[in-house]
Amino acid sequence: MLSQEKLQKIDELKKKYPTTKALVLPVLWMMQEELGHISTEAMKYVASLLSVPYSHIFGVVTFYTMYQSKPIGKHHVEVCTNISCLLRGSGKIVNHLEKRLGMKMGETSKDMKWTLSEVECMGSCGTAPMFCIGEEYHENLTTEKVDKILDGLK
Amino acid sequence: MENIILPNIPDLHKIDVYELHGGYKALRKALEMKPEEVTDEVKKSNLRGRGGACFPTGLKWTFMPKQTMKPKYLCVNGDESEPGTFKDRQIFEFNPHLLIEGTLIACYAMGIHTAYIYIRGEYGKWVKMMEKALADAYAKRYVGTQILGTGFSTEIVIHKGAGAYICGEESALMNSLEGERGYPRVKPPFPAQVGVWGCPTTINNVETISNVPHIINNGWEWYSKIGAPKHPGPILVGVSGHVNKPGVYEMPTGVPLLDIINKYAGGVIDGKSIKAVIPGGSSTPILRGDQLDGVCMDADSMKAAGSAVGTAGVIVMDEDTDLIQVLTRIAKFYYHESCGQCTPCREGTGWLWKIMKKFERSEARKEDIDLLLDIANNVEGNTICALGDAAAWPIQAMLRRFRDEFEKRVKPEIVRVETGAVA
Repeated sequence: MLSQEKLQKIDELKKKYPTTKALVLPVLWMMQEELGHISTEAMKYVASLLSVPYSHIFGVVTFYTMYQSKPIGKHHVEVCTNISCLLRGSGKIVNHLEKRLGMKMGETSKDMKWTLSEVECMGSCGTAPMFCIGEEYHENLTTEKVDKILDGLK
Repeated sequence: MENIILPNIPDLHKIDVYELHGGYKALRKALEMKPEEVTDEVKKSNLRGRGGACFPTGLKWTFMPKQTMKPKYLCVNGDESEPGTFKDRQIFEFNPHLLIEGTLIACYAMGIHTAYIYIRGEYGKWVKMMEKALADAYAKRYVGTQILGTGFSTEIVIHKGAGAYICGEESALMNSLEGERGYPRVKPPFPAQVGVWGCPTTINNVETISNVPHIINNGWEWYSKIGAPKHPGPILVGVSGHVNKPGVYEMPTGVPLLDIINKYAGGVIDGKSIKAVIPGGSSTPILRGDQLDGVCMDADSMKAAGSAVGTAGVIVMDEDTDLIQVLTRIAKFYYHESCGQCTPCREGTGWLWKIMKKFERSEARKEDIDLLLDIANNVEGNTICALGDAAAWPIQAMLRRFRDEFEKRVKPEIVRVETGAVA
C-alpha cells in the first residue's frame, strides 16, 4: 500500500529508534499522506509491516485526533474555537462557514469537497481567529477573508 | 534588554546567518568544558523550565545517572498545545538553530547520544522548517558523529505528534514516542530513572533548551542577573484576547502584567477596562481585572497572586466578556483532551462541561454552583497526571473570584401559586 520510496524511508527511520513500534506514528502519517485516510485495511497493513497487533494500531489511530479513519473532504477546514479565538470572534467565522458551505461542524459535503471541523487550540492565539486547511494556517480571519480563501480553492 | 531568544535578525533561520551572528559558538565552548561544568553552569544560572512547571533545569539534569549501562535520552518537548500559548512556534520558525545548539549542549552535559524533538502534529509546516534546519546542521557536522572533530556524537530526530494535548505531559510524550497512545505514566519512577524505552530520560521544553546556548556563551552570572532573581532570564510571553497588538514578546522575567498588556501589547481594544486575565495558559487560575496591580511575570509573584506563570500565555478579557462562556469552552477543552485513563478526570471533566453548559444557557440550579466546586475538588489531585488538576483549577479560581457571574446565570425559581395551578 506504500510506495517504494516510502518503504525505503521506513527502513531509514528504523535506524533512528531502538524499537520498530516507535515507527507507528510516523508510518501512520505516511499512510494518511498517501491514501487520504487510514482505513481498516491500511491499519492491518501497518500492523503487519511493523509486527504489532492490529488492535494496537486501531487504538493509536482512534486516540490521536489528526488521524482520519474515514474518508474526508478534499479540503479539510479546521476552525479553532478555543478561548483566544473565541474572544476574537471565532463564533462568527463558524457561522459564516456553516452558512456558506451549507453544512455543520463535523460534516463532510456529499461531493467530498469539504470537511468542516472544530478543533482545539492550534497555537495561533496572537493571530486569532484562525482556521487551517491542510497544513496551511489562515490567520486574522474576517468573513471577507474567509470568502476569498474559499473562492480560491478548487 | 535586547532580544536573545527571538532577536530581530532577518533570515536567522538560515544556518550561515546564524553562524555569522555567533551561532554554534556556545557548542564549541561547551565541548571544551567538562560535561559536569556545563551542567553546573546551567544549575547556577537558575534557569527554570519554560514549559509550565518552572522546575530548575540544571537540577533536573543532575538527576540523570552518570554510571549506567543503558542508553540515555533527551526529549525536547515541542508539543505546545496549551490554549493561549504560541511561543515555541516562533523558535521553530525564526531561530531553529538556537534550539538545535541548545539540544546538543544539553546532550553533551548529560552524556546523551540521541535526542528527540517532539513537535505537535498540527505544526506540520514548522516540523518541515525544523527538518530543514536540522539537515543543514548535519551537513555542517554540528550534529552526528564526532561533532566538530571531537569524540562526542549525538543524533537528533524530529518526531511529529498526531493531535493530542496530553502528549505535552512528559510521560505521555514518552509513550507517544514509543508508538503508544499518549497515556501518562505513574510517577515514581521518574523519567531520569525509567524514561523512554525504560532508559534514563530528561524532558525539557523548547524554550528552556533555547536558553542554554546563551548561558554557556555569557556565563551563569550574567544570566542570573536578568529579570527576577529567583526566576531569571528572558521569557517569551504570548499575549492574546482583547488587546490591540497581540503577539509573542520577549522580555526579562518579572515584568508587571499590566505593563505586558499596556506597553507591549498596546493596551485593551477601544480603551475598555480589563475584566479578567488568564496569565499563563488556560490551566492557570484566572485573575480579576482589579487585582492585577503589582502582579509580575515570575513564579513567586504569580504564586502570591494566586495563579501561576505556566506557559506565559496571557489571555486578556475586556469588561464585556462573558466569562461563563469562556469557562464553558475551557471545560469542553479538558473534556475533549482527557486521555480517559483515570476515572475522576474522564468522568469529572465531562460532568463539569455539562454543568457549565447549563450555566451558559442560564438554566442552572443554585446547587449547581456547589456541585461544580465539589466535582472540581474531587478531580484535583486524584489523577495520574496534572491534566485533572488543570481542568479543576480554572473552575475553582472562577468560582472564587467571579462567583457573582455564576449566580446571575441561575434559573429564576418557578413561583408556585397555592391554588394547585402553576403560574
